[in-house]
Amino acid sequence: MNSTGNLAPNRGASRGTFIQYRARHVISWVTGILFTSLSTLIVILVPALLGALLVRSWTLVSAIPLPRLLIGTEWRPLSGAFGFAPFIAGSLWVTAIALAVAVPVALLGAIYLAEYAHPRTRTSLKPLIELLAGIPSVVYGLWGILVIVPVVRQLAAFTRTDNPTGYSVLSGGLVLAVMVIPFILALSEEVLRAVPQGLREATLALGATQWEVVKHVLLRQARSGIIAAVVLGFARAFGETLAVLMVVGNVVQLPRSPFDAAYTLPALIANNFGEMMSIPLYDAALMTAALILFLIVFSFNFGARLVLRRVGGTDDVSQ
Amino acid sequence: MSANERSRLRQRYREGRLMYFLMRVALALIVGILGLIVGVIAWRGARELNWEMLTQPPTAGYYLGGGGGICNAILGSWWLAVGATFTAFLLSLPLVLFLNVYARRNGFINRLAVVTRLSLDILWGIPSIVYGIFGFALMLAVGLRASLLGGIIALTLVELPILARSLDEVLRLAPEELYTGTLALGATPLEYAQVLLRQAAPSVPTALLLAFGRGIGDAAAVLFTAGYTDRLPGGLLEPVASLPLAVFFQLATPFPATQARAYAAALVLTIIVLTTGVLGRALSARLSRYVVR
Repeated sequence: MNSTGNLAPNRGASRGTFIQYRARHVISWVTGILFTSLSTLIVILVPALLGALLVRSWTLVSAIPLPRLLIGTEWRPLSGAFGFAPFIAGSLWVTAIALAVAVPVALLGAIYLAEYAHPRTRTSLKPLIELLAGIPSVVYGLWGILVIVPVVRQLAAFTRTDNPTGYSVLSGGLVLAVMVIPFILALSEEVLRAVPQGLREATLALGATQWEVVKHVLLRQARSGIIAAVVLGFARAFGETLAVLMVVGNVVQLPRSPFDAAYTLPALIANNFGEMMSIPLYDAALMTAALILFLIVFSFNFGARLVLRRVGGTDDVSQ
Repeated sequence: MSANERSRLRQRYREGRLMYFLMRVALALIVGILGLIVGVIAWRGARELNWEMLTQPPTAGYYLGGGGGICNAILGSWWLAVGATFTAFLLSLPLVLFLNVYARRNGFINRLAVVTRLSLDILWGIPSIVYGIFGFALMLAVGLRASLLGGIIALTLVELPILARSLDEVLRLAPEELYTGTLALGATPLEYAQVLLRQAAPSVPTALLLAFGRGIGDAAAVLFTAGYTDRLPGGLLEPVASLPLAVFFQLATPFPATQARAYAAALVLTIIVLTTGVLGRALSARLSRYVVR
């Protein structure tokens, strides 16, 4: 500041201070432009991913019409038959089982932590669940082989399935359920806690029981947020690769029962990418698989994020 | 109160108690299963774990049950995750500063910030196998073979949204008065960024360790980009082994002795991930005492 008391120094007072003042602002301005262009790069990354996948899969998609690829059940790369239906069906089966198991359990746990638990219980359990949610998927897969698959094998003995190995849709679904439970739990807990306290108090004052507050007010109020959490869980389960690959059996077929083996889209990519070069169209086919995976996960992510933003929870699971 | 009303009331309370019971069962189930996972991995892995496994690279007959260890994978994973975390940090720092300093103004730049945050959310949700494929396509385009560098590129893509989002969440909590106060003193936006960074400092180690744990555990992204080798990591352009893939490949062999080593590798991986997680939380709790709220 100069002797006259003005905030911005003027030329007369001190030439050095003036140049310094200008320099600081120019530096700040230039950094701002650099930072802004970097963030533009991040925005471009999503279309870039899509574009790269589109370009690389184009040779297949232009040769065989997309509907035929999507509903085709035959997968014989050597003779040029590329039907993605078994993989899409496998992914859907596994994801459906995972969500059917995970959603009720995670939601009940989230309600308990958000509404019933003692603050001390919450502050000790939540970090624990988040911590364990960070366990690598290959470890979940290994656990699936050691624990889930034998259990499913025992169960399969009681059914009329021709796949007695235990490596099945059900195993994949159960392992995935364990993986997405902490995720859905943490998200829905955030959403539930974002519901204004006044609503709880008003409902309790009308004579409702605590469960009735949850059922009639909180769940209704937080509905869109919880649905978004479940959709995000779906996207996560759908794209999970190794844990599912390790327990699902990897047989190209349309699964008819939970005890059948299956093959998922991510597993298809992971298992075959190394050897794709020698067979015509094979690499384009795997890129198409990645494209389908990307489009499904992207659309679910996009929708759920928009909803969560409107709900206004912090929507952050620190995982 | 009539008998009818009383039975209705009892019914309502019974429903509440039942749901309360189910909630506790669900939570016990979750904690139990997660404990079971750690327990099973620890129990099966500890039997196989020994000093040789941690310090030796595999010998020629390792996958048939011969001598050696997974030192190559431990070091490879370390370099992959360190490289990716470092790169992701370098990229996400200017990004979050843009979001929280420069994008405070209205108009186009603010809209850009909204789209950037949405993009980060979407990138965060994309499966890592897609990043693996994208990284691989990128590498093919520039003529890069499976290597440490390729793995770092793919893992950076995985870690960037995680890191950027968790840093952004912290900076968003900075009080409005900090901004107005700093600017009132005649500071430029860049100088405010420095003030803000001090505010975020306690959370940086947490975010870094979180991203590091994510990177070291991710297998799908490094599957084609980093390759796999029995040798110790040599340089940026050479393929490297990684722990998750070590687990995966050893498990895929038909020999029980080699499969058992996968359990040990999984235990090492789990210990690393859990340690970084606990460390991150402890560090942030310790450092956050000096933050302006």
